[in-house]
Amino acid sequence: MNVGITVNGKDVTADVEDRMLLVHFLRDVAELTATNIGCDTTSCGACTVLLDGESVKSCTVLAAQASGHEVTTLEGLADGTEMHPVQRAFHAEHGLQCGFCTPGMVMAIVSLLKENPHPTEEEVRTGLEGNLCRCTGYHNIVRAVLAAAGGASPLQPPVTASEASA
Amino acid sequence: MIPATFTYKRAASAEEALDLAAEHGEDAKFLAGGHSLLPLMKLRLAAPEVLIDLSALRDLSYVRDDGDNVVIGALTRHHDVATSDLLTREIPLLAHAAGQVGDPQIRHRGTIGGSVAHGDPASDLPAVLLALDAVFVVRGSGGSRQIPAGSFFQSLFETALEPGELLTEIQVPKPAARGWGFQKFTQRAIDWAIVGVAVQGGSVALVNMGSVPLRATAVEQALASGATPADAAAHAAEGTSAPADIRASTAYREHLARVLTRRALTQAQES
Repeated sequence: MNVGITVNGKDVTADVEDRMLLVHFLRDVAELTATNIGCDTTSCGACTVLLDGESVKSCTVLAAQASGHEVTTLEGLADGTEMHPVQRAFHAEHGLQCGFCTPGMVMAIVSLLKENPHPTEEEVRTGLEGNLCRCTGYHNIVRAVLAAAGGASPLQPPVTASEASA
Repeated sequence: MIPATFTYKRAASAEEALDLAAEHGEDAKFLAGGHSLLPLMKLRLAAPEVLIDLSALRDLSYVRDDGDNVVIGALTRHHDVATSDLLTREIPLLAHAAGQVGDPQIRHRGTIGGSVAHGDPASDLPAVLLALDAVFVVRGSGGSRQIPAGSFFQSLFETALEPGELLTEIQVPKPAARGWGFQKFTQRAIDWAIVGVAVQGGSVALVNMGSVPLRATAVEQALASGATPADAAAHAAEGTSAPADIRASTAYREHLARVLTRRALTQAQES
């Protein structure tokens, strides 16, 4: 069937199988590979993108369902060479280790902050319960969200090696 | 994982959806948010030949005050149920429970009607709607009919919906007794509840304690006789037929049902 999706502001149209998943459309048709395929079972959140401005797991949406709608991937966040505030916060707070979950995390956070611009730490943690980090780097991810939402992180700074042994 | 091949049809109206369902018969399935059906199709546990996408039926997405009831369009997403001011005020149990379904991404897609029509006893909202004595409005080629939640869920993934019938609305009576509680136990946020309990006043319903969502009638009778939450909750596993699976044995589920019922009843007392 003919599917037309506005991806990051650009119309992408292709004849694809009715059963094609949105994540495959993004990666293989639109050739935007920031969106990762992790668990492929709606669990891990690595494939999170924005559909009409809201976070969804693109492994559990058909490309056909998104036809006629707007999708934003990680590639669509930056303004030229200027990073999105959430990307900047991930950089400043070291919100990633291996980076595999990062595109999905960032997109989930953009959606979260749109719905709740000034979340508490608890709200950030529950708001990200659909995204798993295999490196278990959650602490700095939460710091990055709080930093993106309101400047300085209210969390305790990381414990240094010398403090830990003291 | 990729589903088996199918033909995708997007209905522009409820009438067109019913016509498509009549045309394709048992080969067709309605697709709402797709967050129960598509995972099953990816695992090849379901392989409909035709998917009738209902997402363009925006007139079936609403939460309205209808006097003694709050009426909810079947295509209202969990996110919109959870954040509805009307439901938060009038039926906080439902708003709260909808906000506990899956995770934010799932709640942006999944719908209350899809959850009900899918008929999974491990889903949260069917048990919640059972505790609330909700009524489901369904449309078929011969017109509309109303089905009480108590007779809607018939067996595992089997409901009172006839082939070709479309669930269009959920009518939820505004509860007379205001106290409510909702407890569920999961290993991860995104998992189905191992066991869940919904309490509204003296009504108690259980998630994942049998092939359908169940009313905990022994608990309700004990409460009606004046039992304390702890004493009433001791009856929570009576009359259940909890499954045993990779996550929990039947005995463990029965234990959880008693513990979570006590917590939910205590929560209801304090709400």
